Amino acid sequence: MAKLLEIRWHGRGGQGAKTAAQLLAEAASSVGKYIQGFPEYGPERMGAPVLAFTRISDEPIRVHCHVTEPQYVVVLDPSLLLRGDVTAGVPEDGIILINTDRSPTEMRKAMRLTGRKVFTVNASRIAEETIGRPIPNTPLMGALIKVTGLMALGDLLADTEQRLAKKFADRPQIVEGNLNAVRRAYEEVQGE
Amino acid sequence: MSNLLTWKEVPKGAFLEKPGNAADYETGDWRSIKPVWIAENCIQCFRCWVYCPDAAIMTKDKKMIGIDYKHCKGCGICANECPAKPKALEMINESDSGDN
Amino acid sequence: MQEKIALTGNEAMALAMKQINPDVVAAYPITPATEIVQIFSDYVSNGLVKTEFVTVESEHSAMSATLGASASGVRAMTATSSQGLAFMWEVLYIAASYQLPIVMPVVNRALSGPINIHGDHSDTMGARDSGWLQIYSENTQEAYDNLIQAVRIAEHPDVLLPTMVMMDGFIISHAMENLEILSDQDVQKFVGEFKHHRPALLDLDNPITVGPLALYDYYMEFKRQQAEAMRTCKPVILQVAQEYAELTGRKYGLYEGYKLDDADLAIVVLSSTAGTAKVVVDELREQGVKAGLLKLRVFRPFPYEELAQALSGRKAIAVLDRADGFSAFGGALFNEIRSAMYDVKDRPLIVDYIFGLGGRDVNLDHIRKVYADLAEIAKTGQAAQLVSYLGVRE
Repeated sequence: MAKLLEIRWHGRGGQGAKTAAQLLAEAASSVGKYIQGFPEYGPERMGAPVLAFTRISDEPIRVHCHVTEPQYVVVLDPSLLLRGDVTAGVPEDGIILINTDRSPTEMRKAMRLTGRKVFTVNASRIAEETIGRPIPNTPLMGALIKVTGLMALGDLLADTEQRLAKKFADRPQIVEGNLNAVRRAYEEVQGE
Repeated sequence: MSNLLTWKEVPKGAFLEKPGNAADYETGDWRSIKPVWIAENCIQCFRCWVYCPDAAIMTKDKKMIGIDYKHCKGCGICANECPAKPKALEMINESDSGDN
Repeated sequence: MQEKIALTGNEAMALAMKQINPDVVAAYPITPATEIVQIFSDYVSNGLVKTEFVTVESEHSAMSATLGASASGVRAMTATSSQGLAFMWEVLYIAASYQLPIVMPVVNRALSGPINIHGDHSDTMGARDSGWLQIYSENTQEAYDNLIQAVRIAEHPDVLLPTMVMMDGFIISHAMENLEILSDQDVQKFVGEFKHHRPALLDLDNPITVGPLALYDYYMEFKRQQAEAMRTCKPVILQVAQEYAELTGRKYGLYEGYKLDDADLAIVVLSSTAGTAKVVVDELREQGVKAGLLKLRVFRPFPYEELAQALSGRKAIAVLDRADGFSAFGGALFNEIRSAMYDVKDRPLIVDYIFGLGGRDVNLDHIRKVYADLAEIAKTGQAAQLVSYLGVRE
């Protein structure tokens, strides 16, 4: 693993970019990694473009500046691709994971993208079918660990279950739905 | 200044452990006019005692016995409220009183 | 036993407050400190603390109620940020002059205007002369640790001064990081029962007067005494840090020197930026540059002797101020560091950078530029500009 891994999440207010950034950080923390998970705060509201970040490292993380050159980018809403800034700072060998029903090849063409590796998964549909709402954040976590090898599926599932069980103590079906979403996205994510 | 406490002696945070020390602060010299008690007119109604804002009406054995000039500021409320006819409290100028 | 956990700065502060379990918390919400008392109010509702939680109508009232509670003889806390702290202003001074050991997390945020919710130090820098102890934290771990230690420091009979514990708004308050936390029992044992060191308002057998009038016959003696508490609390801060290190293994001092002892070029900075600067120090050390860092933890009392000693022998020093002083002579940290260095023989050149206002990002390149400037200053023996701005569009 890179000395310091940085992930940028592009979403719209309400899609759970911040939650995903922090859930992934917590999951990595649970397997002994050092982490940071933080959103970019502005006058955001439901639907507005938002950013969130995850840092993961084997050593204590000391930097407290913005993430400008993320190795991995996760796009929660494909309509954000039109804004053209999702690839900003991403190195040639970086990974771009997009929530869409289209293939990586189609997306690369649509984005006129050179270099980098593109992966796609229909996280919104998976979320709709497993959780009952099109909130793509948890399935994207499953897809991300598959394409990056960040952590084992079992570890992510165990930690996510523990976190969500606290939050949704009275609604176990939501917890189970999210875990299924993570599993399905892990299986269904496509590369080029 | 010799009677005053030094910075090492003043109570921490100005928490005063001997409250109710207003009596030590003599306000009698604020007075430009002063009430004079005329005992033979007094009907012992205690109105002056009720109204005095400085607790300067002195009493003994449930009787009004005079005025505490160390604290009386000379506001004149006692004389104003005195219902006795003729009044048992009258205000005079300090400069005319010749004493305190 | 300690547990490794991932929390945001606000969650860590709220957890520390729960473990401290104060008698009274009176608070009013303000971004980015809102979560601290919001999470804490959950602890209250769920019966996890014994705290009397007072919801008030403003920060002025929050500090007034906290002050009243503290004067009544119990452990009282609140939390705030930015405009909230500004609105507490007159009561801050009263709390300090009554020598009430109130402990308050403050999430650093810029003061308006223009309106801004992000992190800089203009709020607490303005309160630096209010008579409160000020302890600044680099990350969530330090925020947690400092808050717990602050209770012991503030309540020590030689101190009895209110204490604010800072972390940078959003950068730390809303960032999840790893930290190690103590058990509730260990924190309870460490902070101990609240002890009465003097009579309290609600001690009906021993009535007292609090908040008397003291004019030119007495005011100055009270102020001189208050100043003495601030002058003498350094050993207490170090003693508490020592005991905390024995419990946790985490060492704290008045400041942290990072590769400072043999450094030629040094940056002095508070809070989260210190972490970013450490990365650059490591980088420069690998290139053979003798770079070092001094992160000031305790800004009040200002440890001028210790700082002068730690910074003497450097060739050039840059102070980074995350608040402008509007004095036309740099920020508060710069002024005080320069003053502390006045008596040092062969004192180094010291320059100031105002940075990070309103949460403006300070990244590795900014810090690299400062060290490059310092190298030039050390080489030429002169600084082109005494005070400049880092990361502003010219």
